[in-house]
Amino acid sequence: MTSTSCNPERGTDVPKVTLHYPNGEVRTLSVDNGQSVMKAATANMVPGIIGECGGELTCATCHVFVEPEWLDRLPGQEQEEVDMLDLTSEEPTECSRLSCQIVMSPDLDGLVVRLPKTQR
Amino acid sequence: MVGSSSERVTIVGGGAAGAECAARLRMADFAGEITILSADVHPPYELPSLSKGYLSGASGYDEVLLRPVSAYTEHDIDLQLNTRVKSIDTARHEVRLDDGRVLSYSKLVLATGGRPRPLLVPGAADSAHVFYLRTLNDADRLRSVITPTSSIAVIGGGYLGLEVASVARSMGAAVTVLEGLPRLLSRVTSPPVSEFFARLHRTEGVDLRLEAKVERIEDTPDGRVTIHLGDDAPIRADLVFASIGLLPSVQLGIAAGLEAENGIRVDEYGQTSVPDVYAAGDCTSHPDAQDGGFRRLESLPNAMETAATVAASIVGNPAPYVAVPWFWSEQYDVKLQTVGVYKQGDDAVVRGDERSGEPFSVFYLRGGEVRAADVISSPRDFAAAKTLVARRVAASAADLADRRVPLKALLRATAAVPSA
Repeated sequence: MTSTSCNPERGTDVPKVTLHYPNGEVRTLSVDNGQSVMKAATANMVPGIIGECGGELTCATCHVFVEPEWLDRLPGQEQEEVDMLDLTSEEPTECSRLSCQIVMSPDLDGLVVRLPKTQR
Repeated sequence: MVGSSSERVTIVGGGAAGAECAARLRMADFAGEITILSADVHPPYELPSLSKGYLSGASGYDEVLLRPVSAYTEHDIDLQLNTRVKSIDTARHEVRLDDGRVLSYSKLVLATGGRPRPLLVPGAADSAHVFYLRTLNDADRLRSVITPTSSIAVIGGGYLGLEVASVARSMGAAVTVLEGLPRLLSRVTSPPVSEFFARLHRTEGVDLRLEAKVERIEDTPDGRVTIHLGDDAPIRADLVFASIGLLPSVQLGIAAGLEAENGIRVDEYGQTSVPDVYAAGDCTSHPDAQDGGFRRLESLPNAMETAATVAASIVGNPAPYVAVPWFWSEQYDVKLQTVGVYKQGDDAVVRGDERSGEPFSVFYLRGGEVRAADVISSPRDFAAAKTLVARRVAASAADLADRRVPLKALLRATAAVPSA
């Protein structure tokens, strides 16, 4: 797995996030700093992340599994997000996050997440 | 790629349903043309925010847009704003616009939403101080008149009225809520939840009047407005916010010969009574997968799910719309999450104490099965409630009411039953 320091995309203005689909497909998204991964996914019209409530921590349809080496670098979890993870369509794991709560920053350039098979 | 590039999907309506339908088509690699004809001047936005974060100022313009405007261009979606459709000729597969243009389509999607039900009491139509909320421009107008020193009379105690009351009150405005029926939210929820919200608003300082009879509205020379109430003393305010329901926008569809009754009638695949014409969102009357018959829903999740259903039908991958409805509201620091549709006559089981100010839930039993739930400020209970309702779990009122019985235990008791 690529580490942050040798990520070839690092240094460009817009950080990138890589999405791994259950069918093996891989897509890379540009996510503006300050934008959530969920918003970037809907803006880019990629499948797999729905975001039915618009990021209000109400629907749990933007569930992702974060690659373990990135977990500690993510913004912290509010209790509300922890509670909402009970609602995901696919069983959550220790790596589960709601992508509406993953707000992009330069440190997260190169973030890798895996998508669940279903969101609802 | 799906669909030939000569296909043209024309979507009438630039709300969440129209935008989601276009996005879903592109996600499914639809290769044809996609045009969204929107009467609104703004790109598609999140309607729920207008009476919550956008009205309070917590969310800005960019945050309430569903997607940046560039997203449509990048995905070859022709988003035409400030564009009104005058008529549809389903035989010729054409739509005629107000500006005289005629556009052809191979598939048409009506996502026309609705408009606020107008207040019809004498004086309302002529008043300069009666406000409604459906569009972002409506929200901007409302935001410009609600101030910490203004007084506002909200007519209609549904979720929209109560959310606006909450934002206005939180800003410091003096707020009166006038509800014609004996309790708030009577169309959508049970007495314990109605009573909870009545207490909440009164505690926050709202002057709540139930069974209020609004007879007449009168603008006064001092730039204010008087609301005349049957036998009670009139109320003076700086503005009236009217939230007495939504009228689905069905005129275009009816004029084009589409079947409609409380919304444009669609089947479980989003298909209307006319070939090559689909409909999604608030304007539709669709089969009720849970209770039979047809229903119309006003919610963002419904808009998005019905739009996804239509897009799947258009790309030849149809799947019936069977999702259990859900909804949410925010007032002060309270978050309500609802799953399923409450019906008069349901057995309302309160879990927790609705008078304590602590989180609580109300489960609705019908025929011994959990068919709906209102969950106050407890996302974890909502997670369990969603599953209980989706699976129509048979549970006893005693177990549901007993906080010592974990909701998940009720789920496990029926784990062998396949989910709905």
